[in-house]
Amino acid sequence: MEFVFTEEQAMIGETARAFFAENATSERTRKAMAATGQDAGIDRELWTAFCQELGLSGIGIPESAGGAGLGLVELAIIAEAAGAQVAALPMLGSLALSAQALAAGGSAEQQAAHLPGLLSGAVIAGYVHDAGITANGSSLTGSAGFAAHGSSAQLFVVTSNTGAWLVPADAPCVTVTPLTTMDQTRPYARVTLAAAQGEPLADPAAAIAAAHRAGFVAVAAEALGGAQAALDRTVAYARERVQFGRPIGSFQAYKHRLADLMIEIEQARSAVYWAACAVDEGSEEAALAVHAAKSFAADTFFLCAGNMIQLHGGIGFTWEHDAHLYFKRARAIQSMLGSGEWHREQVATMILGEVA
Amino acid sequence: MKLGFSAADELFRQECADWLNAEMAGEFRDIKGITKLTASPERRKEWEQRLGEAKWGCIGWPEQWGGRNATLAQQVIFAEEYARAGVPGRVNHIGIELAGPTILAFGSEEQKRRFLPDIAAGKTIFCQGFSEPGAGSDLASVRTKGRLENGAWIVNGQKIWTSLAHISDWIFVVTRTEEGSKGPKGLTFLMMEIDQPGIEIRGIKQINGDAEFNETFFTDARCPADSMIGAVGDGWKIAMGLLAFERGVSTLGQQMAFRNELDELIAAAKANSAASNPLIRQRIAKAEIGLRLMRYGALRMLSNTDHSKIDGAALTYKIQWATWRRNLGELAMDVLGQAGEVTEGSEYEWDTLPNLFLYSRADTIYGGTNQIQRNLIAERGLGLPREPRGDV
Ligand SMILES: Cc1cc2nc3c(=O)[nH]c(=O)nc-3n(C[C@H](O)[C@H](O)[C@H](O)COP(=O)(O)OP(=O)(O)OC[C@H]3O[C@@H](n4cnc5c(N)ncnc54)[C@H](O)[C@@H]3O)c2cc1C
Repeated sequence: MEFVFTEEQAMIGETARAFFAENATSERTRKAMAATGQDAGIDRELWTAFCQELGLSGIGIPESAGGAGLGLVELAIIAEAAGAQVAALPMLGSLALSAQALAAGGSAEQQAAHLPGLLSGAVIAGYVHDAGITANGSSLTGSAGFAAHGSSAQLFVVTSNTGAWLVPADAPCVTVTPLTTMDQTRPYARVTLAAAQGEPLADPAAAIAAAHRAGFVAVAAEALGGAQAALDRTVAYARERVQFGRPIGSFQAYKHRLADLMIEIEQARSAVYWAACAVDEGSEEAALAVHAAKSFAADTFFLCAGNMIQLHGGIGFTWEHDAHLYFKRARAIQSMLGSGEWHREQVATMILGEVA
Repeated sequence: MKLGFSAADELFRQECADWLNAEMAGEFRDIKGITKLTASPERRKEWEQRLGEAKWGCIGWPEQWGGRNATLAQQVIFAEEYARAGVPGRVNHIGIELAGPTILAFGSEEQKRRFLPDIAAGKTIFCQGFSEPGAGSDLASVRTKGRLENGAWIVNGQKIWTSLAHISDWIFVVTRTEEGSKGPKGLTFLMMEIDQPGIEIRGIKQINGDAEFNETFFTDARCPADSMIGAVGDGWKIAMGLLAFERGVSTLGQQMAFRNELDELIAAAKANSAASNPLIRQRIAKAEIGLRLMRYGALRMLSNTDHSKIDGAALTYKIQWATWRRNLGELAMDVLGQAGEVTEGSEYEWDTLPNLFLYSRADTIYGGTNQIQRNLIAERGLGLPREPRGDV
């Protein structure tokens, strides 16, 4: 038992933080937000640099599948660093969800065919999940409204509650409709399948389970990074902005709010790394931990980002200030991959049983 | 980063559980399951001594002083098994968690020899004399006076809210020893024997009907000079060092007690069908998540060896658990409904959950109120400007 980062983990964290702080600047993120079509919400140059120069894209994917090994703890470290900068990248859909699903549930051929492209950044995959998708043999019909970075994807991993398939974005009977999205750093697309051909993944249950675990942990980690950044930036402002002849951070009403944010963030940090570690160690707590992490970290991020606007005053309400990037990302994380209520109900079912 | 315990640790866990379960099924079965701090004090003092004899009293301490030099993992395991076995909380928790570590850090060799083995053996029960009527959150305003006379300190004044003073052997007090000094300067830290004519203790009844804390009056009370910890004027430094020990391994044992409370709440919710109410389910899930996060926050704080930076998990721990427990008390009453507001007996005495509801109002007050915690977090953790001091 040693619940601190190893030296290697600390180093990955430092590298990732430095990389995103230097490259995922507000200016570049805003350029990605303004882009349309295939580039909507993606800093392509950053994605290529992340996948190829930094060499961290294979983390959390077994070496046997062409990845870098390691586990969700390391994946969380990277997602946290990216989240701190609200980086405009397809990391969630392409790596945390699709690549994890492929690595856990794809056949050796499927992995060999697709993972190298995903890990090198040459191919972007979108993850499409909808319980209502029906399969008639390998012919898929249904629609999923919220595929993150769906307009940029060349390949979709499509899941219902029972099946998982690979569907190329340009296949016949597949329609991808870009949606103007509140969080422009992660725009959604609607993916409609009208008897489209899907290639079934070898082990759909394993694929779905892996995508869920990694997805919950990755967005939770991203939320943690965002929450901490929102707090840090607000603390910096609190020290420099003067009203009534004193720094606003000296007012107790203001200080106590910031303290409350730190209290939540510390718990979110425990939640994220507990969940990641529990999954990596195959602990029996893992199933509960991933729900705890997703719901707790998402709520923490939203609390911090909302306070970031309030505690900056008027400047915090401007487009120019970054506060709204955090605020919108936080809101999106709360809704995606299951609401807080849904995740807590999963926990409730584990400890109380189903509703009588 | 690793959460699992080693095979050797799991063997140790078995050893702890076996010993504790045997004791709770044997000679000490009458105290099993007690949750109230004031219940059966005499039997629980005997239990302290039993722990001491078997060297389970302070396992993290050096062997020289009656401990086992246990590793962090072993301390975690013992704390968890202790509560799991339904063993009541330590009546000497102030001695083992505050007085002992303070003497270990700041005491002389002679004082270590004099106090530590007896604390570890469960023979010396300590209480904490910090708060006064005029000095609560603002501990630096203490006025209880100490003056040196013929090689002994003569102490006059009053402490208040002194938990378990009525069953304790010793009290540590922060006294003002420099005439006319103000604030943190001029304070001295003394260890005083309670059984003496100059010390009088009067119980104070609390909102749950119990009387765990007391007023403690000092009238020419005596303290031999060799029972001063550190030097004259070091009182503030030592008091602050002591408060930092409050966040030790014992927090994990405390969490297992919380676990028992939450389990009781869950059982009550299942029994009266509150568990089918979606809003209650959400709140129970939140409580469950909060408790687990407390455990992992504590493990982060205990695993951390880099003390060059502020440890956020440690700094936020007190307000986190206190607020969690207060919320749990409120949730318990929502689960129980009016059935929680009456009791079968004729005494004003409450079962675990209603008592939790009442008692947990104290959790956000003692050991630094939630407001004071927020000040500390904002100032030490976030580097925000300090509260201005008034001069009333
Ligand atoms: C059950 C229980 C057991 C205790 N056991 C012990 C013990 O064994 N030994 C011991 O020495 N003490 C003990 N205490 C005392 C405890 O430490 C004090 O009650 C606590 O420090 C608060 O002091 P106070 O009661 O004087 O309240 P005050 O300090 O007067 O506070 C009153 C209110 O004002 C707020 N306040 C004060 N200062 C500020 C500020 N700067 N900013 C914002 N708000 C502020 C407080 O948060 C509180 O809400 C115990 C208390 C309880 C309830």
